[in-house]
This record gives sequence, C-alpha cells and structure tokens, in this order.
Amino acid sequence: MPSRMQLRQHVRAAWHVFTHGRSGAEPAAPLPPLHLRPLPVLIVFAGGAVGTLARYELTALPTPGGLPLPTFFVNIVGAFLLGVLLEGLLRGGPDAGWRQTTRLLLGTGFMGGFTTYSTFSVEVATLSGDGRYLEGFGYAILSLLLGVGAAALGVWVSANLAPVPKPRPVEDATAVSPAARPPVDAAPEQPDGGLG
Amino acid sequence: MIALWVALLGGAGAVARFVLDGLVRSRLATLVPMGTLVINVSGSLLLGFMTGLVMVGIESHDLRVMLGTGFCGGYTTFSTAMIDTVRLLQQRRIVAALLNGVGMLVLALAAAVLGIFLGTLFG
Repeated sequence: MPSRMQLRQHVRAAWHVFTHGRSGAEPAAPLPPLHLRPLPVLIVFAGGAVGTLARYELTALPTPGGLPLPTFFVNIVGAFLLGVLLEGLLRGGPDAGWRQTTRLLLGTGFMGGFTTYSTFSVEVATLSGDGRYLEGFGYAILSLLLGVGAAALGVWVSANLAPVPKPRPVEDATAVSPAARPPVDAAPEQPDGGLG
Repeated sequence: MIALWVALLGGAGAVARFVLDGLVRSRLATLVPMGTLVINVSGSLLLGFMTGLVMVGIESHDLRVMLGTGFCGGYTTFSTAMIDTVRLLQQRRIVAALLNGVGMLVLALAAAVLGIFLGTLFG
C-alpha cells in the first residue's frame, strides 16, 4: 500500500499533467501550447456545449417568411458580445490566469459555439437554391456588414465605457509602485500562463 | 434527448476548432487568420453535404440537427471571423480585412453549395 505522502504526490503529478499537458519533472522543457493541454481543452468543451445549446434553443424560434432571422440574431449578438469580452480582457491585463480561463470558456467556447458560420452559409445557399436570390444576397451582405459593425461596437464599448482603467503608457508603467496600482492588476498571476 | 446530443457535439465541435486553429496558427503566419478560414469553409462543406443528404431523404432530420446544429455549429464560428476582420481594419490592413470578410463568405458559400450538390448525388 502506498503511503498517504506517496498518494498525494501521485495526485499532484496527475493534476500537473492535466493542467499543463506534461509532468512537472522536466521544468526546463517549454510547456505545450494551450490547445494541447487537457484542462484548457475541457474548458473550451464546456463553454462550447453551453453556447451550442443556447443557439439550439434560440434557433427553434419561428423563421418568418422562411427567413433565417434566429441565426442572424444569434450571430450579430454573438459578434457584439465577443467584441466586448475580448477587448475588456485585453485591456484588463495579460492573457494569463483567470483572464485566459475566461477567454477560453466564454470566448473560444461559449461565443464560438453560440455563433455559427456553417448554418449561415448553408442558409444563404438554400435561399438562393430556392430562387430567392435577392433574399439570400441580402442576408449574406447584411450579416457581414452588421456582424463587423456589431463586433466593432463591442470593442468600442469595452474600450470607452468599461469601468476598467485604461492601461498606462509604457513610460509611466515603471514609475508606478505596485501598491498604487488598482487591485485588478495586482492580483497574483500564474507564472506559467495560468490554468494551473 | 436531442438537446443533450446537440450540446455534447457542440462542445466536441468547439474543441475541434480550438485544436485545429491552434495547429494552423503555430505553423502558418499568413495575411489573414487562416485557421478560422479553414474551419468555416470546411464546416460549411460538411453542413452542406448533410443538408443535401436530408434533401434526398438519406439522413433523418434529427441526425441533421445533432450533427449540423451541434457539431458543425460548435465547430464553425461567426463571431471570431467578425472580430478578426475588425482587428485587421484597426491595423489599416484593408485588403486583408476584405479578404477575411468577403473572401471567407464567398469561399464558405461555394463550399456549402458544393456540399449540398455532393449530398444530393447520393439520392
């Protein structure tokens, strides 16, 4: 029977592989990229499952005149929200720790699963296939224009209206003592890029 | 029950996107973010193919919802494509932004049409 100490070491080693994608025994070796580590992959899976489910429920709404308004709505709203999220995280600090976890869960996972390009392109194709070229063309162009506009608006909202202070210019940053910085920046970061 | 499968396959699609985008990104540094382009075009081809199969009555509607709305929907992403286009515009890379916006739309649409055609061939 392994002792409690040995068991604890085994558990710790297994958790390290789960979060970092390799054992902690070779500290000099570079970490595998995020997409090859079990925990980040699991986080994306969870966000993607919930986002896809939300889209599935919303796209069960009626499509007036055969027009795919639910998909349109989901994609535009998702583009806006992803803009808000990514710009907010970017301005908050480096992509590590809880910020990275949030980006993977809500951005790559939820918003990626919530919005869809394949349903959009197939809807344009089937509208055109039914001879409704004008509606198909209008749906495609409006999605693109409003999608880019919504994403830009989301970025703008986070850049201008979010309560997070704007990062100081680089020249200033060295002059500010750690104690004077807002607590959101002072939170300890994981040295290895987080998720651990 | 269908909703559960949609969620699980959507999660699997998101993971496929995460891994494939990471692999492409680590190997190719190109004018436009190639990972999202490859994902959205291949996902459109796949969903078009399944739509074609449903049209000729080979695939059931439920399977189309689970694999199409679930996997393909979780795999492809509209929001990331839009953000990438905004980032390119912010960098004043207008040609790259147009390629990423309009180019992806044209390619994904062509892939969807090709997929539907291939699917109906099985009828």
